[in-house]
Amino acid sequence: MDLLSQIFVEPFALMVEMPDLLVQTLWEGFVSGVLYALIALGFVLIFKASGVFNFAQGIMVVFSALTLVGFYAMGVPAILALVLAIGVMFVLAWTVERVVLRPLVNQPDIILFMATFGLTYFLIGFGELVFGGEPKQMITDELFLPTGATEFDLGGGYVRIQHLDVAAAVIASIMIAVLGVFFSKTRIGRALRAVADSHKAALSVGISLNQIWVIVWFAAGVVALVTGIMWGARSDVSFALQIIALKALPVLILGGFTSIPGAIVGGLIIGLGEKIGEFYWGPVVGGGIETWFAYVIALIFLLFRPQGLFGEKIIERV
Amino acid sequence: MSADHAHSFAAADALEETAAPAGGGAPAARARSDEVLLSVENVSLGFGGVKALTDVSFDIRKGEIRAIIGPNGAGKTSMLNCINGFYHPTEGRITFKGQTRPKMRPHEAAAGGIARTFQNVALFKGMSTLDNIMTGRSLKMRTNVFWQLVRFGPATREEVEHRRKVEDIIDFLQIQHIRKTPVGKLPYGLQKRVELGRALAMEPELLLLDEPMAGMNLEEKEDMSRFILDVNQEFGTTIALIEHDMGVVMDLSDRVVVLEYGRKIADGTPDEVKANQAVIDAYLGVPH
Amino acid sequence: MIYREAGQYKTSYEADRAVFPLRQDRIGIALIIVAAYAAGVFGSDFLLQAVLIPFLIFSLAAIGLNILVGYAGLLSLGTGAFMGVGAYACYKLMTAFPEVNVVVWILMSGFFSAAVGVFFGLPSLRIKGFYLAVATLAAQFFLQWSFNRIPWLYNYNISGAIEAPLSTLFGVPITGATATSEARYFVVLTLVIGLTWLASNLVHGRIGRQWMAIRDMDIAAELIGIRPLTAKLMAFACSSYFVGVAGAMMVFLWYGGAEYNVFNIDQSFFILFMIIIGGLGSLIGSFMGAALIFMLPIGLGIVLPAITEPFGLTVGAATIEHLRFMIVGALIIFFLIVEPHGLARLWQIGKQKLRVWPFPY
Repeated sequence: MDLLSQIFVEPFALMVEMPDLLVQTLWEGFVSGVLYALIALGFVLIFKASGVFNFAQGIMVVFSALTLVGFYAMGVPAILALVLAIGVMFVLAWTVERVVLRPLVNQPDIILFMATFGLTYFLIGFGELVFGGEPKQMITDELFLPTGATEFDLGGGYVRIQHLDVAAAVIASIMIAVLGVFFSKTRIGRALRAVADSHKAALSVGISLNQIWVIVWFAAGVVALVTGIMWGARSDVSFALQIIALKALPVLILGGFTSIPGAIVGGLIIGLGEKIGEFYWGPVVGGGIETWFAYVIALIFLLFRPQGLFGEKIIERV
Repeated sequence: MSADHAHSFAAADALEETAAPAGGGAPAARARSDEVLLSVENVSLGFGGVKALTDVSFDIRKGEIRAIIGPNGAGKTSMLNCINGFYHPTEGRITFKGQTRPKMRPHEAAAGGIARTFQNVALFKGMSTLDNIMTGRSLKMRTNVFWQLVRFGPATREEVEHRRKVEDIIDFLQIQHIRKTPVGKLPYGLQKRVELGRALAMEPELLLLDEPMAGMNLEEKEDMSRFILDVNQEFGTTIALIEHDMGVVMDLSDRVVVLEYGRKIADGTPDEVKANQAVIDAYLGVPH
Repeated sequence: MIYREAGQYKTSYEADRAVFPLRQDRIGIALIIVAAYAAGVFGSDFLLQAVLIPFLIFSLAAIGLNILVGYAGLLSLGTGAFMGVGAYACYKLMTAFPEVNVVVWILMSGFFSAAVGVFFGLPSLRIKGFYLAVATLAAQFFLQWSFNRIPWLYNYNISGAIEAPLSTLFGVPITGATATSEARYFVVLTLVIGLTWLASNLVHGRIGRQWMAIRDMDIAAELIGIRPLTAKLMAFACSSYFVGVAGAMMVFLWYGGAEYNVFNIDQSFFILFMIIIGGLGSLIGSFMGAALIFMLPIGLGIVLPAITEPFGLTVGAATIEHLRFMIVGALIIFFLIVEPHGLARLWQIGKQKLRVWPFPY
């Protein structure tokens, strides 16, 4: 009885009694949802254009943020460090295309997927070797990101909203909008979609696969950098972020691998779900359910709706 | 072996009198009867808005070679997919050995005695010829996990016994020299032959062949035709085949069914079908 | 001249289906086994405890994962957690029934991870590839959380860790603080040889062929009568059994104790890397991959300082760890591009060359 009450009564009572806590939790969930959506967006970009499920997207987030902080620590001015970090992401995209993608073209998806595991571990080792393994501070002020917080009263308590989180939500929205326009309106965006549909067909109408791949990996690198800055400003920049970045995978299962709106909705569901779940129901099982909540949701989805929220039903042929 | 089958069919209730026995150029020695092995009744199949098959009916008699022909996209492969449970007809029913199973899964069809080869060879690329054909014996192998683990006694005996059967098939198809070769390395014509071998290893009652001679040269086609006739005559296996080469179809088959745009437009002996105006139109492309 | 098959005729199908049809291979394997036991007698404590015991345990885990990934074609990222299930199951069984021999419990613990593996393998009927990989991540994170947050699993120890209690085999301590590495090595070696033999029987028989059929062409496999769900769940069960036993051995016969974070996602990845580098779908490759991945940092630790110290550079343990990650990552990409069948294939090519030597064909 006690357990049932803990699961079905007390959390809801708490929500009603303390609306400020509820709003605070929802806001936290929203912000982490936005950041999950951003990471997922990087996956979707690469998946759409190259059919590669890029497991290394998470490490690219950490790696790009580390590069930025690393340049700054060497005495490079913040803005120049940002430009240099973007440059590094371009070099990375170019190298990946040359060293990993080009030799593996037309290989089964699963081989490319496993190759990105290799890329992940290489980047972890390389990043730690160059920048060191210890957590670092993000250069929030130097990049003109707001830091303070606003508090307002609500139902007897108060809700505290970090300006940085607001900035994160705004910047994420802008990025998503820009990418949406890029995909649907520009010539190169249409070429990207053609490539995603069929490599051979794209080649036969004169689209250069190699160029497209470099562009798309670079775009994903920039998305990773933005994500890394935002996330790094909220906590520290460290390789522990990589585990958090893996949560973009369940986000993709929910949203479907090729859908940008899916990535956003999926990100928000996971972000809100795990914060609410952790805060209200976590204590029943001893807390810490944030580590697996997203994956179990994804697992349930896979059992009942494998194509995700927005994906199309798959018809198999012989 | 064919006597065994005949015996089991005496009990089957799907006896049905249809048109005169097949004529054409079929050899008289062929084990043929009027007994219906499989009947397709008013089958329709749709994917969303697209109709692959519309109201198709025909039957396959025990012991005959039945050809399914038609232009590209006529729904021939979809028909085979329905017969072995890979697709389920949206309307109509398929009766095999007197049983109708609307939601049959492919492995259940296999257990019921339907084997299949594919248009684009679907072999297990990482495995040798021998292992591919051995896999065809899966349904007939019974030893449990324990004996599989220790690989003594019954497991060994079973493996050797089935190996003997598989070697018979390898001899029959004259592929002894590629027994241990990974099938991915074989030329296309041999792959098709191995695939036939895998299907034969199942000792099927009904063998579905989806374009068994596609992409072959004349010599390979002649070999394959010989194998198909031998399978039909020596093992008494009923065969349904899809083929584009009209010469092959007319020489091999007892009866032919013609599909166009998912509908049946003709059905009969090769000579009847050849003379049919609708078939001539379909192949010469008369505007609709 | 040594490696010749001329004159070795196979007169029965029994002989032809042997795992090692060539006499030289049989002799080679026998020599390796004899040498492995001799190493237990003559090897130093460091060799046994820091090299051979972990190498054998990781090889067993790699064999388990190879059944799933290499033979059945189902990608799993939850190996670490399934090892954990074996370890915690063994701990619970050992502390609940201390009178039963620990070797029995180590072998039993695999059945628990097999059951958990089957449960998390259920989605494999409907999904494949990276979808399945994400599903197994759910297992990884959920199970790891359970090892930490369910105190019953570690008998409410304040430390939150599980520790191997003392137990003996034929009067010799094999687990706990007083067990010598020699004694533990012999137990590990014997278990790994026995289990490898079982795995080899499995993959060379009917069940192994069914797995490979599902891997190579699942639709065709179903059309010749293989039940996909049964075959896939069987692969999950068998794979998780070996992985779970390896996990139990890791805690009880190597570490002597462990916390929940031993079974983290890095563990899963490193075992996956062992089979990618060693060779997907090859038992001998599992051993080779385990050797390469596990011994790489040891090798680096010996080689690097020898190179750099004359120049006055010292190489820290952290640097070696970073280099290890880089090298492993690069090796993965290298092998996937150049030789997707891994070291095992290179080994085969080498043997083939030897067979026809001195002629190229």
